[in-house]
Amino acid sequence: MFVKKFIKAPANWTFLIIILSLLAAPLFLSVFRINLLGKFISYAILAIGIDLIWGYTGILSLGHGVFFGLGAYAMGMYLKLEAAHGKLPDFMSWSGLEHLPAIWAPFSNPLSLLFIIIIPALLAAVIGYLTFKNRIRGVYFSILSQALSLIFVVLFIGQQAYTGGTNGLTSFQTIFGLSLAADNTKYILYYASILFLILVYTYCRFIVNHRIGKILIAIRDGENRVRFSGYNPTIYKIFVYISSAAIAGIAGAIFVPQVGIISPAEMGIVPSIEMVIWVAIGGRGTLIGAVIGAILVNGLKSGISESFPEIWSYFLGLTFIVVVIFMPEGLVGLVKKYASHLFTWHNKKEKIIQKAPSIN
Amino acid sequence: MQIRFLRKMKKKTALAMAALFVSSAFLSGCAGTQASNSNNDKNTIKVGVLHSLSGTMAISEVSVKDAEMMAIDEINAKGGVLGKKIEVVTEDGASDPAVFAEKAKKLLQQDKVATVFGCWTSASRKAVLPVFENNHGLLWYPVQYEGMESSPNIFYTGAAPNQQIVPAVDWLLKNKGKKFFLIGSDYVFPRTANKIIKAELKAKGGTLVGEEYTPMGHTDYSTIINKIKNEKPDVVFNTLNGDSNVAFFKQLKDAGINTKDLITCSVSIAEEEVRGIGAGNMAGQLVSWNYYQTTDTPENKTFVKNYKAKYGQDRVTDDPIEAAYDAVYLWAAAVEKAGSTDVDKVKAAAKGLEFNAPEGKVKIEGENQHLWKTVRIGEVQADGSIKEVWSTPGPVRPDPYLKTYDWAKGLAN
Repeated sequence: MFVKKFIKAPANWTFLIIILSLLAAPLFLSVFRINLLGKFISYAILAIGIDLIWGYTGILSLGHGVFFGLGAYAMGMYLKLEAAHGKLPDFMSWSGLEHLPAIWAPFSNPLSLLFIIIIPALLAAVIGYLTFKNRIRGVYFSILSQALSLIFVVLFIGQQAYTGGTNGLTSFQTIFGLSLAADNTKYILYYASILFLILVYTYCRFIVNHRIGKILIAIRDGENRVRFSGYNPTIYKIFVYISSAAIAGIAGAIFVPQVGIISPAEMGIVPSIEMVIWVAIGGRGTLIGAVIGAILVNGLKSGISESFPEIWSYFLGLTFIVVVIFMPEGLVGLVKKYASHLFTWHNKKEKIIQKAPSIN
Repeated sequence: MQIRFLRKMKKKTALAMAALFVSSAFLSGCAGTQASNSNNDKNTIKVGVLHSLSGTMAISEVSVKDAEMMAIDEINAKGGVLGKKIEVVTEDGASDPAVFAEKAKKLLQQDKVATVFGCWTSASRKAVLPVFENNHGLLWYPVQYEGMESSPNIFYTGAAPNQQIVPAVDWLLKNKGKKFFLIGSDYVFPRTANKIIKAELKAKGGTLVGEEYTPMGHTDYSTIINKIKNEKPDVVFNTLNGDSNVAFFKQLKDAGINTKDLITCSVSIAEEEVRGIGAGNMAGQLVSWNYYQTTDTPENKTFVKNYKAKYGQDRVTDDPIEAAYDAVYLWAAAVEKAGSTDVDKVKAAAKGLEFNAPEGKVKIEGENQHLWKTVRIGEVQADGSIKEVWSTPGPVRPDPYLKTYDWAKGLAN
């Protein structure tokens, strides 16, 4: 039933095409480009999570960089200890530490990679409980989420001995014994990223296609009505916030070994807002739009900045403005609109009849 | 009216814009492949220039990039290196360490450049360091920094701590007083620099009366200035960065503290920054560097003249700009000596290489790939220039790990 439904929807068809082209990409692109594409895939995963909470549930979080960063730091700490070969990581000795701090100790164990999901999820659970229970929503939640990202940036910069400060964590050597500099490792990481993209997309598609997805949309469009109908929106909102945070953590963990660095610059307010922009440009409330938006915007950013290093940011800014003015529903929204135009051409009568009984 | 017009336009324009969006993505992809195709051109030597041309660091890094471009143009005008012209691939690090790492990979793997001149912040250098080591590239880093590093794939043409901070503290202890107050922005350079200063004070009989860090971009220094007033230090050692300096020096002046009561010594403020802070707010304060625009060498007269002629009479030269300029000449000289752009051969040839730089004679120390440099303490003048008040008799040997200082044991493992 689920599989049948899954394949029927045009969004899923598009997703299948994207996955197939990503799988085939190594045949046409250099290792450098594949590595770059791997980074974009990690962004796409992150964007799916943001679409789930923003596009479907109507909660605009401007602090998802924090969850991305926490997942990335968890991965980074594991890789850093692997690179240190039992010694103290380099930045700790400059910062005057003599022993491995207690919060670092568990990360020498591969099981600690579970923290990639657990830490962001726990933080989201606490923040979500406190805010949603007290019915903090809309713009107030957005401001709160920004403050969260600011707090974490200051914290991570200030605790130089524990986090590497502004430099962040870098100079990783190996992952599970494989050299990160080797081409083969890069291909493995790339295909692993695609696998996680499929998993996360399927998970989110599963949620939005089921009853819980309908409730999420109902919360977005009329939270009070949902409450009057006997549902407790708080639980659903906390659940979706945790899901989204865990997905962001996974994205961060995929980002780190491919880019080779995580620093507080990736978890601040500006990158957090950029993440929301990818979803807006792709088209929110579609999941597939998030994937397209993240890959397209970042591809464009890399491409234009290579060709026009001095003035690329103006191009990108102009593109954002154009999209916001002329495509308020994003790229996917635009395609949908024109596709439905063609559709109504043939079935105009049918559509009018269908529309009639609507109360709204 | 306008809304109606917009609405009418919307449908057609939206389609056109979508087409534009996709085609520009495609075009930029093409441009990228075109650039890498010119690899086959054997009559030029490709080098990368990787600085932040956008974002918060652009204001500092664009001048450094300009100095590198000027040196490359000068060398090309004289026939290039090994009889070939130098071709520059410029990339924007966008003030983001992750972007620096991406662009460094692109320069080394895609463009296969012979060397890269670039970076400013320690964060960006740390981000590209593994990329250069893994791809066996070569980076010339032009900015003074906190030391504790010596990568086989990086040449450091700015000062190590023992060529800027350590002698400055020593001089201040002898000439200005024993009570120190440390103030800095909250990131790696100030924290590491202050760690070194504290060890030095302890060993040389100085006392520390306060240590404060503020976030980048912080502009309210009233509470810290009150603390300074209470503690009455002889010296405030300043490692604040960027805009914060404007606020700090203005508020310090407004609080009625003048250079007779206490002196500040800054290591992140050069001529370029003095222009932003306002010479009036900083007149009489001290700085420590290896080069000033006023440094009296024949090479510097030509350098300043050419820089101003190329980029405008209102532009100033300063230490990182000069160090970036030196880097290009040192690389070119090493390539000529090696007869090749191969990284290992260039590194071998660079050992002990000397160059008459605008700051005077510099020499590459083979052991740690830093430069021998003269240390100069300067006083900011009312016109914004910096006058040298003291200098070491000759170039000082670079010691990034402070191994030759007994008191610094335990700072670096």
